[in-house]
Amino acid sequence: MGLLSKKDLKLITDPLADNNPITIQVLGICSALAITAELKASIVMSIAVLFVMGLGNLTISLMRNIIPPKIRIIVQLIVVATLVIIVDLVLKAFAYELSKTLSVFVGLIITNCIIMGRFEAFALANGPIRSFIDGVGNALGYAVILIIVGFFRELLGSGTLLGFKVLGDPIEKTGVYAFGYENNGFMLLAPMALITVGIIIWVQRSRNTSLIEDN
Amino acid sequence: MEHLELFFKSIFVDNMVFATFLGMCSYLAVSKKVSTAVGLGAAVIFVMAITVPLNWLLDQYILQEGALKWLGEEYATYDLSFLSFIMFIATIATMVQLVEIIVEKFAPALYNSLGIFLPLIAVNCAILGGSLFMQSREIASLDLAFNYGVSSGIGFFLAILTIAAIREKIRYSNIPAPLRGLGITFIITGLMAIGFMSFGGMLTGGDEEETTEKTAIVTPSENNTIEISKEEAIELANNEKEIIE
Repeated sequence: MGLLSKKDLKLITDPLADNNPITIQVLGICSALAITAELKASIVMSIAVLFVMGLGNLTISLMRNIIPPKIRIIVQLIVVATLVIIVDLVLKAFAYELSKTLSVFVGLIITNCIIMGRFEAFALANGPIRSFIDGVGNALGYAVILIIVGFFRELLGSGTLLGFKVLGDPIEKTGVYAFGYENNGFMLLAPMALITVGIIIWVQRSRNTSLIEDN
Repeated sequence: MEHLELFFKSIFVDNMVFATFLGMCSYLAVSKKVSTAVGLGAAVIFVMAITVPLNWLLDQYILQEGALKWLGEEYATYDLSFLSFIMFIATIATMVQLVEIIVEKFAPALYNSLGIFLPLIAVNCAILGGSLFMQSREIASLDLAFNYGVSSGIGFFLAILTIAAIREKIRYSNIPAPLRGLGITFIITGLMAIGFMSFGGMLTGGDEEETTEKTAIVTPSENNTIEISKEEAIELANNEKEIIE
């Protein structure tokens, strides 16, 4: 990490825990929850957001002095939309099945509040390199939560990880001696994503009491 | 009948917030007080009623494969659907600005109550999501698209109003400190989503033929989870009611 100064390093490490975009800043939840039923989809979504955020922050930061403040939201939306179209076309070309699973949620990266939030809060006021690092850091913070949620939902919901069988077949099928696990189909449904994130927030705030909100 | 079915389906079964998680950010951020929640909800209904039909027209006459036929035969093979993200978001952003200016000019009272929420809405996933779902579900006509926009907006309104009411009450409860605020809101939303899942049977229930058709299409593994989930959903919804009472 000799390349980065201490201040820049903080831009990456901060969003991973104490200033996490999902659990602390409450941004970008929309697309985060709907696609986490499978670990693979979560990972692909994280990579897509990483790409869009890094380059988007860089672009906005380079243009920050020439964007008229009044129409900045439209300019930001167009930049993100262009990047998202690239992601969408790449996904359709190289991972068609996955792009079907993600369906409209790739498009919804455009309105992902993390991206707009970081543009507004950081890229419009900072230089391109720091903005790029900030974008990558926040995307990684988003990825951490997505991957944790995706891991537990796929493991408990279908007994697999990335499509490989981890928890065995139900007891009836394998006999007494095998390690039996009955899939909890409920984990695959939408509400459990919310409850899983709720539990992550609980764990995080129990460990770091300074984050607790006062009602 | 088609209209009525779409209307109830978009409000309850495919509720924006509880079934597809759209508009979560503003749902969590603006739901601390009932009065502000009502303002945002109304603004969402308003904007969706305008943007979904508009994007439907764009989709039908410009973006879809073969949609440019009206320009002449040589354009009939064009497929511009890869541009739909940028077109939809541009429409939404400009419409929001336009609506803001018009409302400010002609209905100052409405502007005072909706005004601050209108810019927020341009980046609300529910609005773009409405248009994208309209496209992917292949809604057939303009009036159905309008219906879909309004009823999805009402679904969002309902969701944000209930959570705001619950959050106002829950302030007086003794919640474990780390769960306060955001954590408990997530969990309540999860429970409410479970409750809303029980509406899933509303449109298919009773009609035997339709249900058999639907289960035939669903793959075995999915079928399994749905069965489990419905029983559990009803049970949990009952539990939830008890807890609330």
